Amino acid sequence: MIEIEGITKRYDATTVVDDVSMVIEPRTVCVIVGTSGSGKTTLLRMINRLVEPTAGIIKLDGADNRSVPGYELRRSIGYAIQGHGLFPHRTVAQNIATVPVLLGWDKDRIKARVDELMTLYQLDPQAYGPRYPHELSGGQQQRVGVARALAAEPNVLLMDEPFGALDPIIRTKAQEDLLAIQKRFGTTIILVTHDMEEAVHMGDKIAVMDAGKLVQYAKPAEILANPASSFVETLVGASERPFRLLSLGRVRDAVEIGSAEGEAIPGDASQRDALAELLWSGRPALPVKGTDGKPLGRITVDGLVKRAARPA
Amino acid sequence: MKAWLPALLRLALVVLLVAFLTNPGWFEPLLKPLTENNAPVIYNQGSLLTLTLLHLRTVLLATLAATIVAVALAILVTRPAGAEFLPLSRSLVNIGQTFPPVAVLALAVPAVGFGEWPTLIALFLYGLLPIFENALTGLTTLPANVVEAARGAGMTGWQRLIKVELPLSAPIILGGIRLSVVIGLATATIGSTVAAKTLGEVIIAGLLSNNLAFILQGGLIVAALAVLIYDGLSAVERYAARRMGREAE
Repeated sequence: MIEIEGITKRYDATTVVDDVSMVIEPRTVCVIVGTSGSGKTTLLRMINRLVEPTAGIIKLDGADNRSVPGYELRRSIGYAIQGHGLFPHRTVAQNIATVPVLLGWDKDRIKARVDELMTLYQLDPQAYGPRYPHELSGGQQQRVGVARALAAEPNVLLMDEPFGALDPIIRTKAQEDLLAIQKRFGTTIILVTHDMEEAVHMGDKIAVMDAGKLVQYAKPAEILANPASSFVETLVGASERPFRLLSLGRVRDAVEIGSAEGEAIPGDASQRDALAELLWSGRPALPVKGTDGKPLGRITVDGLVKRAARPA
Repeated sequence: MKAWLPALLRLALVVLLVAFLTNPGWFEPLLKPLTENNAPVIYNQGSLLTLTLLHLRTVLLATLAATIVAVALAILVTRPAGAEFLPLSRSLVNIGQTFPPVAVLALAVPAVGFGEWPTLIALFLYGLLPIFENALTGLTTLPANVVEAARGAGMTGWQRLIKVELPLSAPIILGGIRLSVVIGLATATIGSTVAAKTLGEVIIAGLLSNNLAFILQGGLIVAALAVLIYDGLSAVERYAARRMGREAE
């Protein structure tokens, strides 16, 4: 659990982060959204003390984050940044091993962990371990960056626009991978982005920041349904709202009794994808199948349209 | 041009240099026309090989000292605590470069006497600037997100310096060392005016006795050394830069 209490950061006369308080539940993904200059990155960097706050306390599992030296704190918290920041003079394996080496793990344990992470990220340890970062594609570099951040099995992972430099296709894949790994390790992730789409997709909760202040901190559905201010509403994008709302729900939760013709859609696809498929193929209904391939029922345009309406 | 041609030329130069230093007698007929009145053709007041090795030793020692001091200074002024010493260090190092080595020799002799020391001091002062400026450039133009990642990973200031900042600026620092060495190789010759054992001895002997063959052989050995060492260090730099996925400048 991360408790942020009355955190303020001032540079001379400018207040970058203004009295922010929030609690981030363990094993969840919290996305901090805001425009550039909203203070979201500064807030993130105060959690691992790359920036020291002017006032306020941040507690990690109840302990003040100033109770250990900054570098020691940072070894226990994963940190991934935009453009990956890999060490160009070190191989992929050495990059991933950075924090375990700093922590003094023994060689076998480091090697086992590096191999585990590389396999998890679909990078063959034999083939990619000895390569240098510049020999990898952008998507691979990004994965190595996240693998490095996760290497020492941190409970908390901070990410500053980690997918910012990726093209849309690789980005979607990277987001899926991250969510899968978050579930597997139960890591608490705090992710900074300016992309509302990403926030709605990734976040268990979303914190919206504007001019240093925390404007709204709530579940994605709540942010979409009841934006706290006109700023949040603009950020959400009025024309995108219904579709974002649908993207939060799974097809299996909108299944109706009955059957339909044609190719079945999997139950864990998003309702937004189902609507897109329905609209594109011009059909009123699609059959739905479970993970075991058994039919669950059908999903209809009418049903989805009702779900896309503003919640009461 | 074919890729092997430069390599072949360098190899030929090495062979030629080694042959000349070990068996200068072989080249006597070539240099003979440059002498008059039956003057000796090959330098005869000492072994050319010994002089060359001493010349290299002087340059090596001076460059080594200059590298240690210049890099240490550059590290100091790029830390937050040392930032205010940057202008001071810059002017000090600049004075070292603008002060003519001959004047340094003249001033050093009364203080440390004749021999190798005045030359070492002159070369050291002269070699500081390129290394310092390059080290400064290297340490201040590191990719920001890499330095950020190093901090974020929990490296202490010292670990960042040793593991990230110095290795990343190595190619640029090497460039400065290369410049210093080449300047030093040429400048060391004047050390022989104050009795340092360098190849300058051959050139000065040639000037005193009006022997063009002496001047030429002294000058050519220094030039060959400079070309070969310059090339060698450039290759090391390119290798270091390539490993980091950067192109050498």
